Amino acid sequence: MSDVTASPAPRGIPLRLLVRGAIIAAIALLALLPVLNQLPAGSAFRVSDFTVAVTGKWICYGVLALAIDLAWGYAGILSLGHGAFFALGGYAMGMHLMRLIGPRGVYGHPILPDFMVFLGYQHLPWYWLGFDHFPFALLMAMLVPGLLAFLVGWLSFRSRITGVYFSIITQAMTYALMLAFFRNDMGFGGNNGFTDFKELLGMPLNTQGARAALFYAALALLTGSLLLCRHIVSTKLGRVLMAVRDAESRVRFLGYSVTAFKLFVFVLSAVLAGLAGALYVPLVGIINPGDFAPGNSIEAVIWVAVGGRGTLIGAILGAFSVNALKTWLTSFAPDLWLFVLGGLFVAVTLLLPHGLVGLFRRPLK
Amino acid sequence: MTLSLTRRAALAGLGGALAMPAIRPSFAQGAPIKVGVLHSLSGTMAISETALRDTVLMMIEWANAQGGVLGRKLEPVVVDPASNWPLFAEKARELLAVSKVDVTFGCWTSVSRKSVLPVFEELNGLLFYPVQYEGEEQSKNVFYTGAAPNQQAIPAVEYLMGKDGGEAKRIALLGTDYVYPRTTNRILRAFLNSKGISDADIMEEYTPFGHSDWQGIVSRVKRFAGEGKRTAIVSTINGDANVPFYRELGNQGIKAEDIPCVAFSVGEEELAGIDTKPLVGHLAAWNYFMSVPGKPNDDFKAMWKVYIRNDKRVTNDPMEATYTGFRMWMQAVAKAGTTSVDPVREAMYGQKVMAPCGYEEEMHRNHHLSKPVMIGEVQENGQFNVVYKTPAAIAAENWSPFIPENASRRG
Amino acid sequence: MNRILLVLMFLLAVVLPAAAQDSYLDALPGLAGGFGSQAEAVERLGASGDPRALPLLRALSEGQLRKRGTTILLPNGSDAATGQPADATDAETVRINNRVRSALRGALGRLQLVSISSDERFAAANSVFRSRSAENIPALEAAISRESVPRVRERQELALAASRLVAPEDAVKRQGIAILGGATSEDSRALLLEARATNPSLAGEIDAAVASIDSRLIYKRAAETLFQGLSLGSVLLLAALGLAITFGVMGVINMAHGEFVMLGAYTTFVVQEACRGIPWLLPWSLPLSVPAAFLVAGLAGAALERGLIRHLYGRPLETLLMTFGVGMILQQAVRLAFGAQNREVLSPAWMQGTLSLPGGILITQNRLWVIVFSLLVLGLALAAIRLTRFGLEMRAVVQNRRTAATMGIRTGRVDALTFAFGSGMAGMAGVALSQIDNVSPNLGTGYIIDSFMVVVFGGVGSLMGTLVGAMGLGVLNKVIEPWAGAVLAKVAVLVIIMLFIQRRPRGLFALKGRAAEA
Repeated sequence: MSDVTASPAPRGIPLRLLVRGAIIAAIALLALLPVLNQLPAGSAFRVSDFTVAVTGKWICYGVLALAIDLAWGYAGILSLGHGAFFALGGYAMGMHLMRLIGPRGVYGHPILPDFMVFLGYQHLPWYWLGFDHFPFALLMAMLVPGLLAFLVGWLSFRSRITGVYFSIITQAMTYALMLAFFRNDMGFGGNNGFTDFKELLGMPLNTQGARAALFYAALALLTGSLLLCRHIVSTKLGRVLMAVRDAESRVRFLGYSVTAFKLFVFVLSAVLAGLAGALYVPLVGIINPGDFAPGNSIEAVIWVAVGGRGTLIGAILGAFSVNALKTWLTSFAPDLWLFVLGGLFVAVTLLLPHGLVGLFRRPLK
Repeated sequence: MTLSLTRRAALAGLGGALAMPAIRPSFAQGAPIKVGVLHSLSGTMAISETALRDTVLMMIEWANAQGGVLGRKLEPVVVDPASNWPLFAEKARELLAVSKVDVTFGCWTSVSRKSVLPVFEELNGLLFYPVQYEGEEQSKNVFYTGAAPNQQAIPAVEYLMGKDGGEAKRIALLGTDYVYPRTTNRILRAFLNSKGISDADIMEEYTPFGHSDWQGIVSRVKRFAGEGKRTAIVSTINGDANVPFYRELGNQGIKAEDIPCVAFSVGEEELAGIDTKPLVGHLAAWNYFMSVPGKPNDDFKAMWKVYIRNDKRVTNDPMEATYTGFRMWMQAVAKAGTTSVDPVREAMYGQKVMAPCGYEEEMHRNHHLSKPVMIGEVQENGQFNVVYKTPAAIAAENWSPFIPENASRRG
Repeated sequence: MNRILLVLMFLLAVVLPAAAQDSYLDALPGLAGGFGSQAEAVERLGASGDPRALPLLRALSEGQLRKRGTTILLPNGSDAATGQPADATDAETVRINNRVRSALRGALGRLQLVSISSDERFAAANSVFRSRSAENIPALEAAISRESVPRVRERQELALAASRLVAPEDAVKRQGIAILGGATSEDSRALLLEARATNPSLAGEIDAAVASIDSRLIYKRAAETLFQGLSLGSVLLLAALGLAITFGVMGVINMAHGEFVMLGAYTTFVVQEACRGIPWLLPWSLPLSVPAAFLVAGLAGAALERGLIRHLYGRPLETLLMTFGVGMILQQAVRLAFGAQNREVLSPAWMQGTLSLPGGILITQNRLWVIVFSLLVLGLALAAIRLTRFGLEMRAVVQNRRTAATMGIRTGRVDALTFAFGSGMAGMAGVALSQIDNVSPNLGTGYIIDSFMVVVFGGVGSLMGTLVGAMGLGVLNKVIEPWAGAVLAKVAVLVIIMLFIQRRPRGLFALKGRAAEA
C-alpha cells in the first residue's frame, strides 16, 4: 500500500555516533538560546526575544511532528486529525490559564472568565471544574486527546479501516471539532478562544524569564519524546509496528493483535500531541478553534514528509525547517510565500520521497 | 518607474488639497520611520484585509510625497499573518522586536486583535485598529478607529423601529457565531427589552463562518415574520457568508419593504460581489459610505483611485477608519516631535481630523473616536443611499451601559 | 388594448370627481420633501387616479425623477406639473426610502390593477395584498369582475380578502377571514394574526382560520424542507462528482479538487466579462461557461496528472500531500490574478425569483436549476463511462491495468483523460456554485471535506452511491437543522457519517476497483 521507507536498522557504528552527536549538539545549542537572550543588547551573540519565542513554538511543533511520525512513519497510520489532539491539549491548558486569571480579568469576576461574563453566564459550566489545578489540567491535556484517539482508533481499527479511509475519517473528526468549538454555546469562548493569560505556576507570563522556562519545558518534552519514541521503535514493539505498516494482514495471520498494537501507538501519539499543544498555548498566548482547521493537520503531516518520515529526527527537522521558512517568508515575501511553500511540498513529495533526511543519507550509504 | 513617479506626483497634488501642512520632500535627517502593516494577505480574511493593506501603503506614499513626518521618510514593513491567529501574535512580536516598527496598522477580526494585544502591551507598541467591533476593551497600546456598538448598532435599530424604518415590532437577530455578533446582540436585546419588545418577539440565530446554505434560516425568518407583527432583520453576518445570504433573501423574494434587513458588516466591498437589484432598500449602518457627498470624501476617493489604478475598486468604512487613524497618528507625531510610543499616545488625545465621512472626528481619552452614525439603503449600483445620519459625531461608549457588569466601570 | 384604455378613461370620468385632477397638482410638491411627506404624497397620487400619476410614480420607484426646489422633473426633463420643458440646472435625483417604497407599492398596485399585462396585474394584486388598506375594496371588486386570467384572479381575491380584513364592518371582515383561511401562505397567516390583535370580537373565527392554514402549512413546510435538502444535496453532489471519479475510480486523493471548482467559478466570471461587450449574449453567458469551465478545469487536471500525479501512482497518501501544495499555489495564483475580493457573477433573469407550486409551496428558481444541472452532470458522467469508448477503456484500466495494457489500451492516456474528466466536472460544479456562493479564492476550501465524506459515504467508485449519499446527507442535514441549528446539524451529520463508515467501511454502494484495495 505504501512504499517502504528507510527503517532505522543498525548501521555502521561511526555514523550512528555521528548522528547521535549531532542531535545532542543541536539540543545543546537550542538550550543555549535563552542564555544568549540574556546578553546585553549590543552583543553580537545576543538572541532576540522574538527568536526565543518563535523557537519555543517550533519545538512544540517538533513534538507534534514526532507524534505524527510515530503513527505514520512507523505504524503506517496516517492521521489527518492530529491537529485536533494538539488543540485539545492546548484547550486543556488554556482552560487552566483562564482560571488563573481570576479577578484580574476585564470584568474582575473572581471565577468566570471574561467571555463568560459578557455572554451572560451565571455559573461555571461543570466541565470547567478542576481546571484551576495545574496537575488536573495537565492530566486532561493527555487524557482528553488520548480518550478521543482511543475511541476513534478503536472504532476504525476494529473495522479494519486503513489507509486513505482512516485519513479521511480523522480529517472529518478535526473538522467536526472545529465547527463545534466555533460555537459560543460550547463554553470554550467560540472563535476568540482563550487569550490574555496572566500567569502559570505562579510565574507571570510575558516576561523573559517565563519564556525561558517554557522554552526549557518544551525542550525537555521534545528530548523526552524523542527518547521515548526511540525506545519504542528500537524494541520488539517497534518491529511489530513496522511489520504492521508494511504488511498488516501477514502480521494478523501471525497471531498478533494488530488492532491493539495500532491502538497503542495511535493513543500514545495523540497524548504526545496533546502535551505539545499544552506547552504551545502559554508560549504563543492564544488558543482558538482555528487550530482544529483540517489544513493545519495536513501541514503538520507535510512537515514530517519534508523532513523524512520513518526517521524520528527527520520529523523534527521537517517541523523546524518548514516553520522557519514560513516565518521568514511571511515577512520577506508576503505575497509570494504560498508559492514557495506549496512548491516545496510538491517538490519534496515528488523528488525526495525520503525527505531532507534522505538527502543526507544517500551519499553516506 | 514613470508611472509610479506620476502617481507620486498626483498623490502629492492631492495632499496639497487636503488640510495637512505641506512640507517639501527633503528627508534631511534621521532614519526612516517604520510603519508595520499587519493585515492578512492570504487565507479567509484576505478578502477584507488586503484593501486595508493597500490603504496603509497609499497613506505612506502620500505622507512621503508630503515630505514624510518630522522630516523623516516613512517606510512600510508588510507581513502576512495569513488569517492565522497565533501567527498574528508571532508577526506582531516580530514587527515590534525585530523590525522595531514605530507604529502598526492592522487586524480585522476581534480574535486577531486579542491575539496581538498581550504582545503590544508587553513591548509597549502602538496599534491602530480600524474595524467596528464589540467594544468591552480599552488598551493603552491600541487606538480604536472603528465604531463601538453605540456608534452603529443601537442607532440602526432605533431607525428600524421609527416611522421611516417601517416601525418594526419584531426583530430577527442573525449573526455569525463569534464574539462581535454575540455581544452586539446581547446589547441589542437589552436595548429592545427596554423599548418594550419582549423576548418572544426576538429571534436569535447564529451560523458558522462562511456559511453558504441559508435556505432553512431564511425560511424560518419568513415564518417568524408570519406572526402578525412588522418584522425586521438585524444582521451581524460576517464577510463571506453575506453573498449567499443576500442571494437567498433575493431569491426567496424578501423585499426590503416587507422585511428590511439592516447589516453592520456589509459595505461597498461586500456588495461588489452581489447583484444588488433584488436587494434595493435593505440597509446597512456604518460611519462612512462611499456615496457621502463633500470634499473630504471626494479627495479620499480620488486619492484611492490614483493609488489603486482601478476604477472598479470601492472605498469602505474600515478603509476610511484606517485613513483617519493614519492622519491622526501623523498629527500626533508632529505634535509630540518624536515617534516614541508614550509621548505619541499623549499627543493622540484630542487630535481632530476632518474625516471623509464629512464630520470632524476626535480621539478621546478612551482611545476611541467620536463618529457620526449613518444608515444607508442599498441601491441598484451597489452603492448606499444615506437615509439617516446623526447631526453630530457621537462619542464611543466602549463599555456598554447595557451590559450590567459594566455598571461599576461606568461609575 | 384600446378597450382597456377606454375603461381607464371611463373610470376616471365617472368614478372620480373633477377635484381629483387637482389633487395630483396638490400632492406633487410633497415628493420634493422628506420621506414622510413623500409617502403621503405618493398615497394621495395613488388615490387621485390621475392618468399622469402612473408614469410619475413608476419613474419615482425607478429613481428617475429629479427635483429642483419644489419642482418635480420627469425623466424627459419636463415639469411634472405643467408638462412643459423646464430648467434642469442643478437638479438632483429624488431619493426614496423603504417607507416611500412601501407606499409606492400600494399606490402603483392600485393603479396597475387595470394594466394590460397580466404579469403586472398579478404583481399589482400582490402589492395591494400587502398594502393593508380598505380603500382598495371597490377597485379590487371592479378588477375581479373583469379578470379572465385565473392565476391573477386568485391573487386579486386574496388581495380583496386582505383589504376586507381592515374594513370597518365586522361582516365584511368575516368574508375576508373566510377566504384568507383557505389560503396556504405565511403571508395570509401573518395578516390574520395582525387582525386578531385589533379585533378581539373576531378572535374565535380568526383562530379557526389560522388553525386551518397551519394544518396545510405542515405539508408545505415538509415539502420545502425536502426541497432544501435536495438542493443542498445537489450542491454536494456537484462538488463530489468529480472527486467520485478521480478518487473513487482512480484512487487519487486530490486535495486541490476544491481549487478546480474555484477555477470553474472564475471561468464563469471571465466568460461573463467577455460577454459584456455583446449585450444579447450576456444572459447566456452562464450556459456558455459550462463547456468553458469544463475545458479549463479539465486542462488544468490533465496538466496536473501528466506533470505530477502520475509519478505517484500507488502512493495515495503522498498524492494527498502533494496536491495540498498544488491547491495552495492555485489559490494564491488566483488571488494575485483576480484580487482577493469577491467577483460578481450575475444571475440571468430566468434563474431569479421563486416558483409557486400547488399547495403554496415556494421553490427558488436558482436552486431548482442547480438540482437540474447536477442531475444533468451526473447523467453526462454516467453516459461517458457507460456508453463511450473512453468509458470502456477507463473501466478496463480500473479493473485490471495490466490486462488492459496488453489489450492495446494506452493506460497512461486513459489515466490523463480520466483525471481531466473528473477535474472538468469539478469545473462545471464551479459554474453552479458561482450562483449560490462567493466567487473568491477560498471558494473551494469550503467544499473539499464534505465532498470526500459524500464519496466515502456513498461508496467509493460508485456514481449512484455518490448521488444517494449526497442527497441523503443534504436532506438529513436540513431535517436536523431546525432544532439543532446550522452548526450542530453539520457536526451531527459528520458524526453520523463517521459512525456509519465504521459499520460499513466501503460505504453504501461498495464497488470493486483499484481503490478498493488501497
